Amino acid sequence: MTALHSQTLTELASGLKKGEFTSVELTQVLLDRIAAHDDKLNAFVTVTASAALATASRADAARVAGIGGALNGLPIIHKDIFCTRGIKTTCGSKMLENFVSPYDATVVQKLADAGAVVLGKSNMDEFAMGSSNETSYFGPVKNPWNPECSPGGSSGGSSASVAARFAPAATGTDTGGSIRQPAALTGTVGVKPTYGRVSRYGMIAFASSLDQAGVITRSSEDAARLLGVMAGFDERDSTSIDQPVPDYLASIGDSIKGLRVGIVRQHFDAGLEEQTGARVKEAIAVLESLGATTVEVDLPNLDMSVPTYYVVAPAECSSNLSRFDGVRFGYRADDAEDLLDLYCRSRGEGFGDEVKRRIMTGTYVLSAGYYDAYYLKAQQVRQLIADDFRKAFADVDLIAGPTTPSPAFKLGDKVDDPIQMYLNDIYTIGANLAGLPAMSVPCGLVDDLPVGLHLVGAHFNEETLLRCAHQYQQQTEWHKACPEAFK
Amino acid sequence: MSAAGSNSGWEVVIGLEIHAQLATTSKIFSASSTAYGAEPNTQANLVDLGYPGVLPVLNKEVVRMAALFGLAVNATVARRSVFARKNYFYPDLPKGYQISQLELPIVEHGEMFITDADGNEKRIGITRAHLEEDAGKSIHEGLDTSSGIDLNRAGTPLLEIVSEPDLRSAKEAVAYLKKIHTIVRYLGISDGNMQEGSFRCDANVSVRPMGQEELGTRAELKNLNSFRFIEKAINLEVERQIDRIEDGGTVVQETRLYDSDKDETRSMRSKEEANDYRYFPDPDLLPVEISDEYIEAVRESMPELPVAKQSRFVDEYGLKIDDAEILTASRALADYYEAVVEATGATAQIAANWVIGDLAGALNREGKDIGESNISAADLAGLVSRIHDNTISGKIAKQVFEAMWDGEGPADEIIAAKGLKQITDSSAIEAVVDTVIADNPEQVAEYKAGKDKLIGFFVGKVMQETKGQANPGQVNQILKDKLSS
Repeated sequence: MTALHSQTLTELASGLKKGEFTSVELTQVLLDRIAAHDDKLNAFVTVTASAALATASRADAARVAGIGGALNGLPIIHKDIFCTRGIKTTCGSKMLENFVSPYDATVVQKLADAGAVVLGKSNMDEFAMGSSNETSYFGPVKNPWNPECSPGGSSGGSSASVAARFAPAATGTDTGGSIRQPAALTGTVGVKPTYGRVSRYGMIAFASSLDQAGVITRSSEDAARLLGVMAGFDERDSTSIDQPVPDYLASIGDSIKGLRVGIVRQHFDAGLEEQTGARVKEAIAVLESLGATTVEVDLPNLDMSVPTYYVVAPAECSSNLSRFDGVRFGYRADDAEDLLDLYCRSRGEGFGDEVKRRIMTGTYVLSAGYYDAYYLKAQQVRQLIADDFRKAFADVDLIAGPTTPSPAFKLGDKVDDPIQMYLNDIYTIGANLAGLPAMSVPCGLVDDLPVGLHLVGAHFNEETLLRCAHQYQQQTEWHKACPEAFK
Repeated sequence: MSAAGSNSGWEVVIGLEIHAQLATTSKIFSASSTAYGAEPNTQANLVDLGYPGVLPVLNKEVVRMAALFGLAVNATVARRSVFARKNYFYPDLPKGYQISQLELPIVEHGEMFITDADGNEKRIGITRAHLEEDAGKSIHEGLDTSSGIDLNRAGTPLLEIVSEPDLRSAKEAVAYLKKIHTIVRYLGISDGNMQEGSFRCDANVSVRPMGQEELGTRAELKNLNSFRFIEKAINLEVERQIDRIEDGGTVVQETRLYDSDKDETRSMRSKEEANDYRYFPDPDLLPVEISDEYIEAVRESMPELPVAKQSRFVDEYGLKIDDAEILTASRALADYYEAVVEATGATAQIAANWVIGDLAGALNREGKDIGESNISAADLAGLVSRIHDNTISGKIAKQVFEAMWDGEGPADEIIAAKGLKQITDSSAIEAVVDTVIADNPEQVAEYKAGKDKLIGFFVGKVMQETKGQANPGQVNQILKDKLSS
């Protein structure tokens, strides 16, 4: 038998069902791994060992009684952006270092209802603002493939945990690439569903019109399994969409013969590191060998996506983060002289540099006299980008390309150069601006570091993405590659 | 001070911003109760507290109420309106922004008619009415060095109704405000309670030399929470501005607070200190889309409005226009009146006299609302019926009314218990008249000598003898007959 920590969610579900092991045994194995190895990665903010074992024990009893849910007894990790009742939810910030949520996020609730066992809360860039996990108040997460490298961000704790076999799956959130970029840099699968597919209720907001919850796993099949549980309309989120959730596993085994795969020429321009590009092209060749056809598509406004994003996202964040004022919850500065002092110092001391940079940028672009030139203009460009995608999807079923311009970069390399850092999301941001589903699939190694194939689908067409990725994974082994130190 | 406060040579320009709290049971974006007067922070859930991760969900009832208002003031009800965030920091504003509407409000281009000083009908434009959430309250009383925050009110739905600067005096402003106050209560969309703050008003006031087209610099008056204060505050501010300009100064754009204790307005903050609210569309809420069918359904649910009701009262009940206006001032009063009429039959004017007269007087005396009347419409109808069928005289009726007000029971019971039934038996009245004539020979002589007005003296005596129960018409006739024989 494959070691428990190396098995996928699907394999573990089968093993539990057959009685090969119990959820308590499985949970203990993974907790031991986390205890033994997380000091090398710093992937967790909180490990919830005793709660996990208690849940696992209940799951075992439920299984015996034949009443377990779809994920009964299966271990997962939550990004520390999802509110969890009775457990700290820090969002990677000093501001919420000791914040204990009085309620569960919808995603947390749904996964709990399905019987999932939560091992802990994963480290992340502060308030999900970052692409390297270096903005976390709790220190950077290290890449299991090379501890000198970043695991990507902002869902870096989740991606590193799944890559290091601490858990078969983790939740993440993606505002500009925060699931897909870390998935690519750690050799894991990361899915950002269509905007509105998964409820945002209880997910601490960064940029409301872009934020979307998703999953990080090792196989597309596992992603489909988890997403099926998380997705669906939530009356507590007005932007969630009331559309039935298909059974993502039902069609995943179907052939991709005849699938029309769009290739965007600009994705393979000078900005792309050569070896990374080569791995992505090899992956596309595999898709062709499976009967897919490639079609060149044009996204003429794509080069404006990063600047557009860095107007819209900071604008929304500047408003969303106003509630952290030291009055009702979170960090409060000591000995405030007056109200203004309380606000200024609570926020000044509670937020890190990158968060402050974005709040200031966002405040600026919304200011009287600048709103039209920045925020309004950015929204217009966003519409153009969405239109480009809509036109492209008239001719293709999905668009394939690189997830990131290069493999994982060294920690510290880009931290003082925000623009370089922002450009790491150049291929992923478009899907957020247009609200489209997208995923990253491991497609090879460059100098022993993983890179990812990026797939973007039409609205609510997660099925096609998951099927394409699954078929690819039937032909390749990249998703099974494990960092040497974590075998 | 300007010449006797006459404002001569100056034109006053006023626009009002009215905040009407909508009468929903739950808040605009959360399920918390909106009931007034609860213990602090007992009606604030995680959404109202602005907790991390929570999201607003629109209470659809507020859309219906706003649409109803829009239709009632001949406004355009937007098929698509958008919620926007107004960003500023204050402890009673939990999210650090207020959800309001800016560029695309739900109601635009309405109107309301008032009667101006010359008795002419005057149109007041309503620029817009938009939906927004209320903030909480800061509490300073009873706390030594700290301030408290009560977030019960946070998220209470408001309809902000903004008028054009069409009002030309404090009186017009009050007349307009009263009209809006009446209509929101008619529509059942606000209880209009000014003491509890569910109907509040800010006034933008400026003056300009008569004939000048360009508007003067305005001051915004806040904290106007009664009709009387509004009139006083505007007049004070007008005087202040005219004095200032006539003294060679200028008016600065600022927000001024009315202090009813000191009867003065004072500066709160100037334009330079004003916030940049950084409005932008709220990404947590979808635009509000309304169909034509929805609008039609709302239109069909529209209750009869004051103006229509007033003319119907004149046509249907034959009331004087003034009486009809008073009776339709509130929907509750009009409903009460119609219930009285319905129960009494063809005595609409007598019923009106009683509702407007003694009933209104008694309510006023005790500071009560028609809904809190000691006498039900059915009971008042009982009294009016006994007047109508001559069981009691109008004078005795006042006595019966007071007894009813004091809770002694319905009219018939009181009349029976106190033996107040009117004496209409001519022979009984004649007997009393004969006694009075016999007892007052001097007055009889004077009367016969031509002092006609002494008839009142004799009527009084007869009524005194009969404890007011004799039918006054009959008494008069019999006295005249006997004295002239």
